[in-house]
Amino acid sequence: MTERISREDVAHVADLARLLLTDDELDAFTGQLADVLDHAADLEALDLADVEPMIHPLPLRNVLRPDVVGATSDRAEVLACAPTVEDDQFRVPPVLGEAP
Amino acid sequence: MRTSTGTPGGITAQRLAADVRSGVRSARAVLEEHLAVIEAREDEIHAFNLVLADEARAVADAVDARVTAGEDPGPLAGVPVALKDNMCTRGVPTTCSSLILEGWRPPYDATVVERLAAAGAVVVGKTNLDEFAMGSSTENSAFGVTHNPLDPSKVPGGSSGGSAAAVAAGFTPVALGSDTGGSIRQPAALCGVVGVKPTYGAVSRYGLVAFASSLDQIGPFSRTVADSALMLEIIGGHDPRDSTSIPEPAPDLTSVLDRGVEGLRIGIIQELSGEGLEGIADDVRARLHEAAAALEAAGATVATTSVPSTVYGLSAYYVVAPAEASSNLARYDGVRFGLRVDASNAGDMNSATRTAGFGDEVKRRIMLGTYALSAGYYDAYYGKSQKVRTLILEDFARAYSEYDLLLSPTAPTTAFPIGEKTADPMTMYLNDVCTIPSNLAGHPSMSVPFGVGDDGMPVGVQILAPATGEPTMFRAAAVLEAAAPAGHPAVGGMTVGPAGGSAT
Amino acid sequence: MSDDAATEIVPGWETVIGLEVHAELATATKLFSGAPNQFGGEPNTNVDPVSLGLPGSLPVLNEQAVELAIRVGLALHCRVQRSVFARKNYFYPDMPKDFQISQFDLPINEEGWLELADGRQMGIERAHLEEDTGKSTHVGGGGRIHEAGYSLVDYNRAGVPLIEIVGAPDLRSPEDARSYVSELRSILVAIGASDGKMEEGSMRVDCNVSVRPMGETELGTRCEVKNINSLRSLGRAIVYEARRQVDLITSGERIEQQTRHWNEDEGRTHKLRSKEEAYDYRYFPEPDLVPVEPSDEWIESVRAALPMLPRERRHRLADAAGADTTTAALTVERGMDDLAVEAIAAGADPVRVLVHVENNLAEGAGSLTAASFAALVTMETGGDLTATQAKTVLAALVADGGDPAEVASGLGFEAMADGALEAVVDALIAEYPDDWAAFNSGDEKERKKKSGFFVGQIMKATSGQADGRAVNELLARRANS
Repeated sequence: MTERISREDVAHVADLARLLLTDDELDAFTGQLADVLDHAADLEALDLADVEPMIHPLPLRNVLRPDVVGATSDRAEVLACAPTVEDDQFRVPPVLGEAP
Repeated sequence: MRTSTGTPGGITAQRLAADVRSGVRSARAVLEEHLAVIEAREDEIHAFNLVLADEARAVADAVDARVTAGEDPGPLAGVPVALKDNMCTRGVPTTCSSLILEGWRPPYDATVVERLAAAGAVVVGKTNLDEFAMGSSTENSAFGVTHNPLDPSKVPGGSSGGSAAAVAAGFTPVALGSDTGGSIRQPAALCGVVGVKPTYGAVSRYGLVAFASSLDQIGPFSRTVADSALMLEIIGGHDPRDSTSIPEPAPDLTSVLDRGVEGLRIGIIQELSGEGLEGIADDVRARLHEAAAALEAAGATVATTSVPSTVYGLSAYYVVAPAEASSNLARYDGVRFGLRVDASNAGDMNSATRTAGFGDEVKRRIMLGTYALSAGYYDAYYGKSQKVRTLILEDFARAYSEYDLLLSPTAPTTAFPIGEKTADPMTMYLNDVCTIPSNLAGHPSMSVPFGVGDDGMPVGVQILAPATGEPTMFRAAAVLEAAAPAGHPAVGGMTVGPAGGSAT
Repeated sequence: MSDDAATEIVPGWETVIGLEVHAELATATKLFSGAPNQFGGEPNTNVDPVSLGLPGSLPVLNEQAVELAIRVGLALHCRVQRSVFARKNYFYPDMPKDFQISQFDLPINEEGWLELADGRQMGIERAHLEEDTGKSTHVGGGGRIHEAGYSLVDYNRAGVPLIEIVGAPDLRSPEDARSYVSELRSILVAIGASDGKMEEGSMRVDCNVSVRPMGETELGTRCEVKNINSLRSLGRAIVYEARRQVDLITSGERIEQQTRHWNEDEGRTHKLRSKEEAYDYRYFPEPDLVPVEPSDEWIESVRAALPMLPRERRHRLADAAGADTTTAALTVERGMDDLAVEAIAAGADPVRVLVHVENNLAEGAGSLTAASFAALVTMETGGDLTATQAKTVLAALVADGGDPAEVASGLGFEAMADGALEAVVDALIAEYPDDWAAFNSGDEKERKKKSGFFVGQIMKATSGQADGRAVNELLARRANS
């Protein structure tokens, strides 16, 4: 099996994606992801230097809406979904560090 | 044959709506009949995450009240509909068959839900799916597997397995699903019903929980081609709340159904029809050729053609779809809705929540997608795959300069046993090889049941059309429906015989 | 171009600064949905499924935000071009989708400049659209992040349209930086794009600072400084950061490319993260939105509707007054350049006009018209009014309007004719011979003292109507005679 994606790579993307993996899961997922990327390796043979990436399936441009106030959500209905609410706000555990 | 007095098996949505509108039957009576069928077989099939019996009764009563008052109850008056559980229904749980959204009640309705309600349809329940629409067998649901109504030891296909099964079992005459890589068409084929993925942008995605934004489309399941046409006329058309929505009203489809295929040029895609690709079963290939013959007999010219880049579709799809999904699913973080697993800080709370809330397939695709977008790998994976989409579009354009429609199998095999393909993700992914190209291109395609395989299970034939080519596509579908050999007798209690015609 | 040695933070070292400014756009609704764009308001009331990032929600672009972005681009002399939105992916509780919709490879505006009051042009690399985040409030532990018990999140601000303006590293001093921000703010306010209030958060400034030995052309390694909440902090942070970097280099260390946090109370920056820890945002084009390609017609109609901008105003006034743009700047800042230009056109002395604006119109021009301003200044320069009288009349015109000649005579102001003045002086000399002798004694102290005495007496005798300058000239002529 090729080193298409390493265990460290998988650990890194799991971290980026906020997923915790056990060691066994890390091994299993590494193998499975490598299989998929192996299959996708057929793309490597293609010379796509002169091909434009698809921006959109449809040739739409300039889809805009007028700057007019629309309906807002009912706050009670929205907060009813929330795991924890305080002072009409969403309560979360403290954030370590600033936004990246 | 599972018919008995009063079963709605074989009744079409068109006929039901006509009966309710004219007062021949009440919406409530129609509903109770269907609830009885659900009651009889739902435990065995598990098509639904949630049956909305009381809510449906209230809606049916309201429809009847409008009829009584002489008001127009809508073109789908009283028609029972099942909705895949990834479409937002206000105040009603929308789970995407995931623990992370268990019990979540959206504070708004999806556009398609609003349009169905305005048309007088009666939503009977939310159907099971592969978690977040990721899968081809509905075995990835956090709430249990859905069984194929024609053989409960087999899968119904996926990810819209619940909706396909609901129609195949006669629970509802029509249902909605979503299709990102084949998730309507493949289960339709495996369950012996009609399933349509419209042109990208033809049906609003507002309120559809996103999997892969540039690929997802909502579409109908039905027992007849005409019912799917009717559904698309009602749910389709421009929606200003979806920036990727085609700025046109829904096309007229029901009125073109009987125009036939005289003079149409139809091409069988070589690369997807067994000659180039391993894995298409012989019986499936045989049904495809019989379907081609039927179209020829009806006046079309049929030949084999090449759309070379389709062989790269699977690879490109399994990069693009997970990449977009990895971003779309980031919002499931335990902060605003859904599951929260607490921790001492927000980041750990995110991780604990997502780890507990997502199943393995979802995690796999999120990681794959994150990798494909990550620094240093973007060009090799996501960038390259988006270029492959352009190649596929170009190849389709060349094919459509010579042909009006294209043909292929829908799925490589008939329905497989539950548990047979779950060991290895790649094996499961291969189920999508025929359906993926039209998602990548944004083109419409549909599956029409056409006979059975060697095991007696349904086979579907896929018709592909260029963007906004639904009218032509439906013309061919109607011809195939009329010409189809005997299907599985238990499909909604309806038999489709060689003499043609749908049941009453 | 380097400043002169007097403004160097550390002698022999050049400070290189580039600023990133985020300004909230003055639209009625958010960037991607119709929820209100409104300051204040009860928490989580200006929200809808899109601004909460609920499953199934989709963005739709606000036309007015694009219009304002085009205005900003044109006002900053940028190329307005086809643009594409992109997702910037990271987790943070104030981000409803855990990605921000921004612009990356193809921003709506690129390659412009703005001109400071002294005429130097500072480069603008790009100005693009993006959505704002919600706001989190930390509760417990004194309200500081690292001691907080928990956070509360309000999404009212989530989705508000922002324009991010990235300046080239062309600035060379804290004064440059403050001038750049002031000018940018004036432009944004003039075109109605934003109210630009740093203290309210509708305009936010991050600054990139690097240093290099004077005369070196290669750029040093820069650090980004965040959490700057006022112009004053901006200057202080630049000075601190430049000194920190020079100290490191001169003690033999390399500068590590970092993001740093400015602490206003402590007056220092501290490290947040280094480039190696730089976050992988995994940008990719936003699939839920389509490209924006403003037509030439749209762009030209925006250009045609642009008001006169601060730079044009400075140049116009400078030309009219025969002065430089630095001199004209204050009048333009006060919003009185239209008044000044018209008054000058009506014949008023340009220098006196600008001096009056600077010294006597700090509170505004009130009811003063250009015509009356011009007439007043002409009365003054023609000798009909003393400088002191002119100031009083001006104040009256500002308060109540009217005609300067009428106001002046109403106040009983008439400048003393020179002949009459001489008579007064002669009379006083005759009345106070000893004081006059002391004035002429040759002793500097005595002269000064007696000068004050005689000036006071003259003012008393003329009821304040004598022109101060004329009095001094007359005394000087008469001295020793």
